[in-house]
Amino acid sequence: MNEKRKLLNKIRQYDFTLKELNLYLDTHPNCPRALAMFRKYKQLRMNAVNEYVSRYGPLMPEQNNDADHWDWIDDPWPWERS
Amino acid sequence: MWQYEKKLQYPVNIKNPNPKLAKVIITQLGGPDGELAASLRYLNQRFAMPYAEVKGLLTDIGTEELAHVEMISAILYQLTKGLSIEEIKASGFDEYFVDHTTGIYPVAASGEPFTAAYFQSKGDIITDLHENMAAEQKARTTYDNILRLADDPDVRDPIRFLRQREIVHYQRFGEGNRTDSNILTSYH
Repeated sequence: MNEKRKLLNKIRQYDFTLKELNLYLDTHPNCPRALAMFRKYKQLRMNAVNEYVSRYGPLMPEQNNDADHWDWIDDPWPWERS
Repeated sequence: MWQYEKKLQYPVNIKNPNPKLAKVIITQLGGPDGELAASLRYLNQRFAMPYAEVKGLLTDIGTEELAHVEMISAILYQLTKGLSIEEIKASGFDEYFVDHTTGIYPVAASGEPFTAAYFQSKGDIITDLHENMAAEQKARTTYDNILRLADDPDVRDPIRFLRQREIVHYQRFGEGNRTDSNILTSYH
């Protein structure tokens, strides 16, 4: 598995953890353990996304970081086999 | 509002096209218990919800369902990519192909186009939460049936992920239902 896909999978794993905690917190809004876990994984996700964006390009349009080229539209798009 | 992230919630990488399987899996895009109906069900229902917990649940699960619409569409796209006319005829995919080529269009496996009649928004918290719990189980059964029909591990893997999400959503809606029952009983 190449480095790009490995890093994207890491972001997906953090996103999955955060989504699970998000839904759990919707029905348990005062659970201190879930709130602490959410803070922890939010930070891990932020670090992984920053690394991904600087190396491979944006996951969201505002993360464009090439002054001469709008890299948001670069292939592949998510539904394309990678 | 919504913002798009340029990635799938769970990866889809299918090596072998299989139009016959696409004809079945498309029901989770445009069929009676599919992801599009799920997303529209929750995102419409939330406006009538009195309690913050349930407004949050419907917003967040309705949003996740949009990511599932994208995953199912990616599965369909990859299962129907690069087909020859012979493969299209032999698989029975010609019935879809004649109207849509290999474009993604929401229909049930039977060919019926998507309709809002697949879901309800009743303006009643108890009624809507029970509809949602049933909807999650119906979608789970559909995924079980797809797993009975699909051999390809590249297809089974993302389908198993989607099946598992139905169970988690059922669980959370059940908790929302308990919360609202507790609040309602406390008035008596």
